[in-house]
Amino acid sequence: MKLNLILLLFIFISKLSFASEKTVDPNLIHKNLRCLVCQGQSISDSNSDFAQTIKLVVKDLIDEGKTEDEIYEFMSDKYGDWIVFKPQFNTQNSLLWILPYIALIFGGVFIFSFLKKRQ
Amino acid sequence: MQKIIKIIILFIFLFVIGIFYISLTRDTNYNTSSLINKETPEFKIISFDDSNYFTRDDIKKNDYTLINFWASWCAPCRVEHPILMKLSQTKNLVILGINFKDKEPQAKTFLSELGNPYDLLAKDKNGKHSVKFGIYGIPESILINKELMIIQKFVGPLTVDDYNNIIKIVK
Repeated sequence: MKLNLILLLFIFISKLSFASEKTVDPNLIHKNLRCLVCQGQSISDSNSDFAQTIKLVVKDLIDEGKTEDEIYEFMSDKYGDWIVFKPQFNTQNSLLWILPYIALIFGGVFIFSFLKKRQ
Repeated sequence: MQKIIKIIILFIFLFVIGIFYISLTRDTNYNTSSLINKETPEFKIISFDDSNYFTRDDIKKNDYTLINFWASWCAPCRVEHPILMKLSQTKNLVILGINFKDKEPQAKTFLSELGNPYDLLAKDKNGKHSVKFGIYGIPESILINKELMIIQKFVGPLTVDDYNNIIKIVK
């Protein structure tokens, strides 16, 4: 049991250190940025003028040492949250992020109390 | 217990209806209203003739500045050009034209044919500067005050209504 716990802890720590060393992947960022002048395409999928410019700017931001989140924040600041396919957590969309968890908790409580009553 | 179930079902029903209502009635057109009342970003952009750079300090000097992104290949830029020519005669307003992803000879021909309304003229060869201003297509114009705050952003060619609006603000 103890050995298992130590092993689990080791895997967890090694994963954490791996994550911190991870370099920013521009393709991943391109896939999560919406092409505003295209129909439902990401920056990665599009060859439009706008997409080309955004790709150049993303490259510059990576060269400046910005993290993935900082790049999304920069883009959201300029074009609004709409440009990011997976928006960042903020006060305006907090309900959207929190509501599924609230529903899950309430649902769990409801099912638990329902089953308990039946027993 | 049954009462609680009914309330929950009603809540879910109202929630779904609410989501549908909000989604169907909201404006799906992209707009840049998020930039209004924000401070002008830091920038250093080369002048059209490569002689110097323009920065925020050049905007601070003026009561109002209109930054206009344009190109000779952009047909709507031709449409809005008479409006810009009219605006160039306005006191308290300095127009900074940023030539966007354009070829210099064509840009020069464009200005010699239609007139040059710009007090300051810069160029953005690869379009990188445009991203700082949240530009996604040209023409786009941004009205900035002395405190470097973005007052208005005009997406698409300037219209007569936009002209009147700008005149009202800068008076």
